[in-house]
Amino acid sequence: MEYFERFAIPHPSPAIYASMVAIGLTVIAIIVGLTYFKKWGYLWHEWLTTVDHKRIGIMYLISALLMLFRGGADAIMMRAQMAVPDNTLLDAQHYNEIFTTHGTVMIIFMAMPFIMAFMNYIVPLQIGARDVAFPRLNALSFWLFFMGAMLLNISFVIGGSPDAGWTNYFPLANNEFSQSVGTNYYLFALQISGLGTLITGINMIVTILKMRAPGMTLMKMPMFTWSSLVANVIIVFAFPVLTVALTMGTFDRLFATNFFTTSDGGMDMLWANFFWVWGHPEVYILILPAFGIYSEIISTFSGRNLYGYKSMVGSMVIISFLSFLVWTHHFFTMGQGALTNSIFSITTMAIAVPTGVKIFNWLFTLWKGKIVFTTPMLYSMLFIPTFTIGGVTGVMLGMSAADYQYHNTMFLVAHFHMVIIPGVVFAMLAGLHYYWPKMFGFMLNEKIGKWTAWIIAMSTLLAFMPMFFSGLDGQARRMYTYSASTGFGLWNMLSFIGAIGLTIGFILIVYNVIYSIRYSPRNVGSDPWDARTLEWATPSPVPYYNFAKVPHVISTEALWDAKYRQHDLFPEPYEKIHMPNNSGVPFILGCIFFAWGFSFVFGMWIPTILTTIGIFICMAHRSLEKDPGHYVPVEKVKATESKLRGSQL
Amino acid sequence: MKIDQSLPLEYSTQQNQLNILGFWVFIGAEIMLFGTLFAGYFVLVDRTGNGPTGADIFEITPVLFETFILLTSSFTIGLGIHAMRKGYTKAMIGFYILTLVLGIVFIGFEVYEFMHYIHVGAGLQTSAFTAALLTTLGTHGAHVTFGVFWGMFIVYQLIQRGLTPETANKSFIFSLYWHFLDVVWIFIFSFIYLKGMV
Repeated sequence: MEYFERFAIPHPSPAIYASMVAIGLTVIAIIVGLTYFKKWGYLWHEWLTTVDHKRIGIMYLISALLMLFRGGADAIMMRAQMAVPDNTLLDAQHYNEIFTTHGTVMIIFMAMPFIMAFMNYIVPLQIGARDVAFPRLNALSFWLFFMGAMLLNISFVIGGSPDAGWTNYFPLANNEFSQSVGTNYYLFALQISGLGTLITGINMIVTILKMRAPGMTLMKMPMFTWSSLVANVIIVFAFPVLTVALTMGTFDRLFATNFFTTSDGGMDMLWANFFWVWGHPEVYILILPAFGIYSEIISTFSGRNLYGYKSMVGSMVIISFLSFLVWTHHFFTMGQGALTNSIFSITTMAIAVPTGVKIFNWLFTLWKGKIVFTTPMLYSMLFIPTFTIGGVTGVMLGMSAADYQYHNTMFLVAHFHMVIIPGVVFAMLAGLHYYWPKMFGFMLNEKIGKWTAWIIAMSTLLAFMPMFFSGLDGQARRMYTYSASTGFGLWNMLSFIGAIGLTIGFILIVYNVIYSIRYSPRNVGSDPWDARTLEWATPSPVPYYNFAKVPHVISTEALWDAKYRQHDLFPEPYEKIHMPNNSGVPFILGCIFFAWGFSFVFGMWIPTILTTIGIFICMAHRSLEKDPGHYVPVEKVKATESKLRGSQL
Repeated sequence: MKIDQSLPLEYSTQQNQLNILGFWVFIGAEIMLFGTLFAGYFVLVDRTGNGPTGADIFEITPVLFETFILLTSSFTIGLGIHAMRKGYTKAMIGFYILTLVLGIVFIGFEVYEFMHYIHVGAGLQTSAFTAALLTTLGTHGAHVTFGVFWGMFIVYQLIQRGLTPETANKSFIFSLYWHFLDVVWIFIFSFIYLKGMV
């Protein structure tokens, strides 16, 4: 019996049993549904084996939205627990697990795939390419991310969730204080999905550097492509640090090494340093592509080219550089001396300068522009003031002396939510509405979209502004309850109401999608927003080969030139198009990685060895395989184009 | 596939050029990986707990052998690429096999070295120092081991398929990998062993 006890949940509660039943029913429903509608073949041939960057982008998007609700459920449980003093809805252990998985899921498995979705979908289109540099690796990246996400998500029904915070500080995360296998799940889920992210980083850098359309020099790339390039450079430099840190943590937990222990020479601060050497650049991996999306949207709906293109690029490069020089501001109070604190305080506050440059560039783009208030534009407009509140409180936290007051309080929680939600989540929702017609060939409903944008923005303020005040009053974060005499009750109740508002907002997005699938007019054309960049030059939805002819570019706004300056975007004749073949190997390899991670979590060594061999067999298969891809003949391209474009061209 | 005859075989198609650039970017990530391991090692090098220090356990003889063997293998794979550029497939295969044999001998020495460390009481669990040492060395050793298997598949393909743009590309990328491992070893030799022994 002892063998099976490891798989039991250490702290079961009715909520967890209900989730178990829900997961079981959902899986059965999916299997029955696929069988009943005979969709297994469709699923395998069109999605699971696809190497098309657009479909991979859509799969990232679906995963990100699912994880948004998973992390959101954690959030609403936390806010409900904190809403009134001395609440007993959750016990302390359950609360620990929930804030840990909320942070991990939202950063790693919601925000990251959300930006990956847009990077995958948009970047090849913006640079006039037919796919990414390594389509097969791209599919592998997605499946590694997905299996990592699933591995973390089964933790709360098999063996217990991680409970040491999303920062997983050792020695709290060590076996002694974190006794369930939860932290093992954390380590392997992040390791596997991190590997996928690193592969995407390499893939995207090569794609952007080598596969741009003729005429598109680096300084003629659209801003989202630039931001993706910078973010991917950060990925390549930051993620290996996480790999090493996670490996050391794994060794400490599974093989009783002494990297982060407090005896035998181990050094707990080493984890904190490694984690934040990755973790701080990570927030810029998220925010820079989000800035890129805002740049596209603000420029499109102001009817103007982006103000200060070169300073936009320069500020991003400076931010990417500074992002690696500030990690120590995450532990100003952990005893590193005044000089170190001062240096990191200055580098931290310096980031506000290039970020401010970007804010002013957006404002100057709006200035004298013909502003059209669509849903994406509304999100962008709500972003600027809300994000600025989050940004200036970041400068407050960056002052190391003052940080002794704020650190580890709700003030910090308020700060990073006020940065990440307007910065990343608003951008992703704006991008979702903006690129939806490109992805699916119809628009999301504008009226519901605008209502949603206002509800989400106002609820964000309501949910997180009170935390600034309760934090300054001394409410520590990560405590699971408080007494009425502290006076935190009102602030937390306001936050809870804000959290309900956010829930309503996110449910409205789902409603909008369903509503628009049913009622939105089809055939919106290739360019419904009167946009400026190359991705809008292809039909919507985009054919699998992206561009029938290779586009020729003369400025940052290729489509605008073609529409209003008589520039011939496609001067070349039709040619046959080379496309990669689909492959089931990335999906299978992803599944093996899932089994590998699961075996490791429970220290089941025979399955671990077998799955490791399986991973190498897949790699050997890839090495020996001959896969030259296939050609799409000219007649087929012409037929597809005339069918998709109709009378447009 | 368009093949550009004016370029060396390994660069002759667009996919080949993408593969090579991609691998250089991957090496950038590998530099960060080993950089982090070195950083961890230097933080923990003096934190030996009750275990031995580097000066207690390092032995110059096997380390010198390892160094000479790995440097030689980097030279032989260079000769292999030179033969490839000249179109001498058989010579190239010979040099590649020689490289892999040297790699296996290197791994043999490293296994001996690890057994020695465990024998003298410097196992993975002894102290933070030994954990960092064995992890850093072990990561490099695992890379070499992986490289030996990878190289075998490439030699097999060279024998089966001869020198094509694809096999040339794979061979060239493998040589980049192998040289990179050598560079990492030079850092290990200088900053772990030599610095630890003085």
